[in-house]
Amino acid sequence: MEKFTTLKSKAIPLNVANIDTDQIIPARFLKATDKKGFGDNVFKDWRYNESGDLKSDFPLNNPKYSGSILVAANNFGCGSSREHAAWALVGYGLKVIISSFFADIFKANALNNGLLPIQVSETFLEKLFKLIESDPNTILTVNLETQSLTVNDTGLSSNFDIDSYKKTCLVNGYDDIDYLINQKEKIKAFELQKTHLP
Amino acid sequence: MKKTLFDKVWDAHIVESVAEGPQILYIDKHLIHEVTSPQAFNELKQREIPIFRPQQIVATADHNTPTKDQHLPVKDELSRNQLEELSKNCAENNITLYKLGHKYNGIVHVMAPELGITQPGMTMVCGDSHTSTHGAFGAIAFGIGTSQVAQVFASQCLLLKKPKSLRVTVNGSLNKGVLPKDVILYIISKLGTNSGTGFFCEYAGDVFENMSMEGRMTVCNMSIEMGARGGMIAPDQTTFDYIAGREFAPKGIAFDKKVAYWKTLPTDPGAQFDKEYFFKAEDIAPMLTYGTNPGMGIKITETIPVEDNASFEKSLEYMDFNAGESLLNKPINYVFIGSCTNSRIEDFRVAANYVKGKQKADNVTAWLVPGSRQVEAQIKAEGLQTVFEAAGFELRQPGCSACLAMNDDKIPQGEYCVSTSNRNFEGRQGPGARTILASPLVAAATAVEGKIIDITQQFI
Repeated sequence: MEKFTTLKSKAIPLNVANIDTDQIIPARFLKATDKKGFGDNVFKDWRYNESGDLKSDFPLNNPKYSGSILVAANNFGCGSSREHAAWALVGYGLKVIISSFFADIFKANALNNGLLPIQVSETFLEKLFKLIESDPNTILTVNLETQSLTVNDTGLSSNFDIDSYKKTCLVNGYDDIDYLINQKEKIKAFELQKTHLP
Repeated sequence: MKKTLFDKVWDAHIVESVAEGPQILYIDKHLIHEVTSPQAFNELKQREIPIFRPQQIVATADHNTPTKDQHLPVKDELSRNQLEELSKNCAENNITLYKLGHKYNGIVHVMAPELGITQPGMTMVCGDSHTSTHGAFGAIAFGIGTSQVAQVFASQCLLLKKPKSLRVTVNGSLNKGVLPKDVILYIISKLGTNSGTGFFCEYAGDVFENMSMEGRMTVCNMSIEMGARGGMIAPDQTTFDYIAGREFAPKGIAFDKKVAYWKTLPTDPGAQFDKEYFFKAEDIAPMLTYGTNPGMGIKITETIPVEDNASFEKSLEYMDFNAGESLLNKPINYVFIGSCTNSRIEDFRVAANYVKGKQKADNVTAWLVPGSRQVEAQIKAEGLQTVFEAAGFELRQPGCSACLAMNDDKIPQGEYCVSTSNRNFEGRQGPGARTILASPLVAAATAVEGKIIDITQQFI
């Protein structure tokens, strides 16, 4: 997994609530057996119309917006557990998703792929949307070490929570497998004394 | 200390708590399928890590399988490749696989309970968010991503923070025509799609106590649609009777010992939940969804609410519905009865009972997709297939089918489908398809009438 420490980038606003993982990557693209190539199909049915042409009004297609941060409305990533959604967002070049709420499974999947989900308040999110929409060149700075998100030149900033273990993993590029396979003796001992299986 | 059902099962599976971090949770059963496992197998292979406990993994092919001509090679090359990869991975790692055509093949959340693999007090995971289904047995069961599938492959454990607890209590008697699907659609319509996020939900009260195991599975299945990673119902005599005698259920004295343990699992009286909700059974009616998330539901006789926000409007625009209108008499051309929510024998009995002696409307294409080979066999054994075929319905072969439309079972662009599945997201049943979630009874009635009707009128 790629390490994550700080990021300075413009952001793409996607002001839609309850974005489910079927929108992020539709099921018909889940037939691959590796993790590559999903970025091409991220938000496929929102980015392209029926005849396969780009929809110019969709924020990811709008040339005025760019960057590796996506700002989305409440409850991002609900629905299917498909990690392909995280692979698609990462594949597209995103490194941070900001929302006022994330679905559980998506959040775990994102963190397992070096994609940082940043949860901010509804009020902060509203301000952020307005700022980016009025000035698409707005630069955001994410600092994982200090757990802070700053909107440059405005003084607007927010701290965010992250599990300390997950933070360590992201900063160092470790994943849970590294940790778990070092616990095998304990796991074997647990299996032997397991009382819940009489 | 007084404990909830969830606490009891969770605490019994903690290998260790990491200081100021997550806990190591031991997983008893790991279910896998073709779509979310290949990258996990590759990950382990690349890192030269062996599968730690292959005997605790069971695999099936379901998401990406055709529901016609399953005896023939799968036509779609990518789908065939994914299925072959699953077969190869299972063979190499000594994992039990119920592949296409096997007598136990079926949707993962239908197959495992009907084989007695799912049991109370277990921890179970699968790379599929509807793993919450198995909570109907009093198991902790939840969906995971593919990285986590790889973690369980490597260690039979996951690193997790203990979720908070939520209880939804429904007491009273359900009205005629109200099925378990309506109960859960009603709950989600009241609580919203993210009320359960961060929580594990227990369903309590006499409505669930009086429900069959299949009904309980329908309810727990949709827990994720309100954001809860899992839903649980306390195991009781209904649970024990369902499990007894199934293929992989314990037998004889071993079964009795298990039952004695399972009886200790229900939530202690007075145990505290982080959040509680109460509903009256009498307030629940047959339900329909009108929008693009499962929380956007109304009683069949109600009108679409009026809300002033962009996401709501976007949703109605997609569905081509207007705020304030009724769905009654809307013409419907597609009906789907199937999915891990409603593809068990009781669902087909309800549908068959309704369509018996009637005819499907000419405008309707109606697909009936059993959840497993065993359900399919039972449909035939009980003579339901004859009823369906006489009424003009098509009985297809088992799989996830039009619930997520990964295979050819797609609803065409712009068409409405009254569906017994679990998600009405944009494009879920095919690009541009418009899904209305409902019970098998409402779905069957829609197929007969060719439009949405007020089913409650038939019970007056």
